[in-house]
Amino acid sequence: MAERGFDVARLPGFASIAIAAFLALYVPILTLVLYSFNAGNSVALWQGFSLHWYGDAWNNDAVKSAAVRSLVIATCASAIATTVATMAALGTTRRRAFRGQTLIYVAINQPLMVPEIVTAVALLIVFGIVKTWTGYQGLGYLILAHSAFCVPFAYLPIRARLEGMDLSLETAAADLYATPWQAFRRVTLPLLAPGIVAGAMLAFVISLDDVVITEFVKSGGQDTLPTYMLGQMRRAITPEVNAISTALLALTVLLLTAFFLLTRKRE
Amino acid sequence: MEPTVTISARHVVKAFGQGSSSIRALDDVSVDIRRGEFFTLLGPSGCGKTTLLRLIAGFEAPTAGEILLDGADITRLPPNRRPVNTVFQSYALFPHLTVAENIGFGLRMQRRPAAEVKATTERMLALVKLDTLAGRRTSQLSGGQQQRVALARALAPAPKVLLLDEPLSALDLKLRKEMQIELKRLQMETGITFIFVTHDQEEALTMSDRIGVMSNGQLQQVGTPREIYTTPMNRFVAGFIGETNFLAGTAGPGAVVLQGGARVVAEHDRTGAVTLAIRPEQVRIVPAGEDGAIPARVRDLVYFGTTRIII
Ligand SMILES: Nc1ncnc2c1ncn2[C@@H]1O[C@H](COP(=O)(O)OP(=O)(O)OP(=O)(O)O)[C@@H](O)[C@H]1O
Ligand SMILES: [Mg+2]
Repeated sequence: MAERGFDVARLPGFASIAIAAFLALYVPILTLVLYSFNAGNSVALWQGFSLHWYGDAWNNDAVKSAAVRSLVIATCASAIATTVATMAALGTTRRRAFRGQTLIYVAINQPLMVPEIVTAVALLIVFGIVKTWTGYQGLGYLILAHSAFCVPFAYLPIRARLEGMDLSLETAAADLYATPWQAFRRVTLPLLAPGIVAGAMLAFVISLDDVVITEFVKSGGQDTLPTYMLGQMRRAITPEVNAISTALLALTVLLLTAFFLLTRKRE
Repeated sequence: MEPTVTISARHVVKAFGQGSSSIRALDDVSVDIRRGEFFTLLGPSGCGKTTLLRLIAGFEAPTAGEILLDGADITRLPPNRRPVNTVFQSYALFPHLTVAENIGFGLRMQRRPAAEVKATTERMLALVKLDTLAGRRTSQLSGGQQQRVALARALAPAPKVLLLDEPLSALDLKLRKEMQIELKRLQMETGITFIFVTHDQEEALTMSDRIGVMSNGQLQQVGTPREIYTTPMNRFVAGFIGETNFLAGTAGPGAVVLQGGARVVAEHDRTGAVTLAIRPEQVRIVPAGEDGAIPARVRDLVYFGTTRIII
């Protein structure tokens, strides 16, 4: 028989390591989901099936307002971040190469590289100064902060899509009497759309589950779902937290599935 | 200026890169292309054919020189304001649009009335025989069909000049022959000036009204296929078009004396050292010693499969 190439799957212990990794990833999540249906108020002791923690969470005004706040912030932040990211991606791929391009690229992706806690502290200090100047206490700070760290998550899929696009399509549009704006509107944008949607959804999910920056930047009474849950953990933990987490998980899984379907399909 | 000239390039230079590393893709090219003719740019890879087309289309600006369309200077006009359309080598069909939408794209960008867009699109679909595929996505078409869509899309806005950059090179031999005939038919039916790029000399000779032979960024000769073939201006053209034997010799009155001493009868107006170019079909094999014959030896026989038939 011909000699085979290197194949990790044939190393001894490969299967057991793989299984261990999957268990480590999914057993906690499965446990969390399971105990969200616990009838008793322990997160460790099973006392029968019930949906009442979902009902409790649903009727809890603090949970409801935190959920609404999370969604408002995520929606605004992903919209802003996607717009900025689209322009940044066009600027870094559709212009002539320029000096400092790599620097710009690094700058755009800064949130991926700088430890989140550093950004959080920095924002806390800057926003503290702005707050005392302007007296404004609203959600704007959180939306701004979330927009900023969501940009690279929106930028990467959009840029990937732009780079994969055949440049001669834009040339062809210009050849067929399209003004630069028409060429963008009729050719570039429709072809870019899957990338933009994917970027927006990724940004949305990232904003939705942010804890560190939100915890530092929020004013009193501005809890989002994750920071509300963090607050709850400091007191007694009930399966209500499991129920909220499970709901968040479901939403995230839904969005990410859509994200993968969108990026995978179409050529 | 002569009224029948459509595109005129005057001393066009295009250099890429800066300083010492710059290359002249076009080096002082001047050519007049007549209205309604099938003009072919022929030359080896890298000689600047695509570059000349891109300058005429407006995708790039020349380093020096100017380009005129019907006598008006269009050198600085952006591509969307030139009545010149291109059939791209890669076709560059819009994947998010249907066949019909692709064909109507140019007309819609020009903001022509919807009824006109529809009527012209249908006429174009019929012209390239794609009526039944109007609603398809372009990714669901064969290479030959995509080629036709690209052609119809470029013809639909009725440009003054159509530029075709090696449009047939991606097709297999049979389809290629078909499309050659098809292209020629379309050009005659529409009366549009075609500027066609190829590096296939047979294609150039059979399809063109006139051919411009290029090498190293320069136009070597412009003429009808017959002129190019029978009276090449220089050694490059003679060697590039068809099979040619070059024999060194010295020009004398009414003949050329080859290096071996043999004498070839030829009418010419040269003196001194010359190179004689002889086409294989001009050679007749005769018994040694016959009048005007030069001694030669048959080294090898190669079987060619078929003889070519010229229609
Ligand atoms: N954008 C560019 N930047 C730098 N050099 C270029 C560029 N475009 C073309 N060139 C150079 O100009 C010369 C002519 O190129 P061009 O594409 O016009 O050749 P061509 O005759 O179309 O060749 P082919 O038959 O291979 O398509 C080549 O040497 C090429 O490397
Ligand atoms: Mg070329």
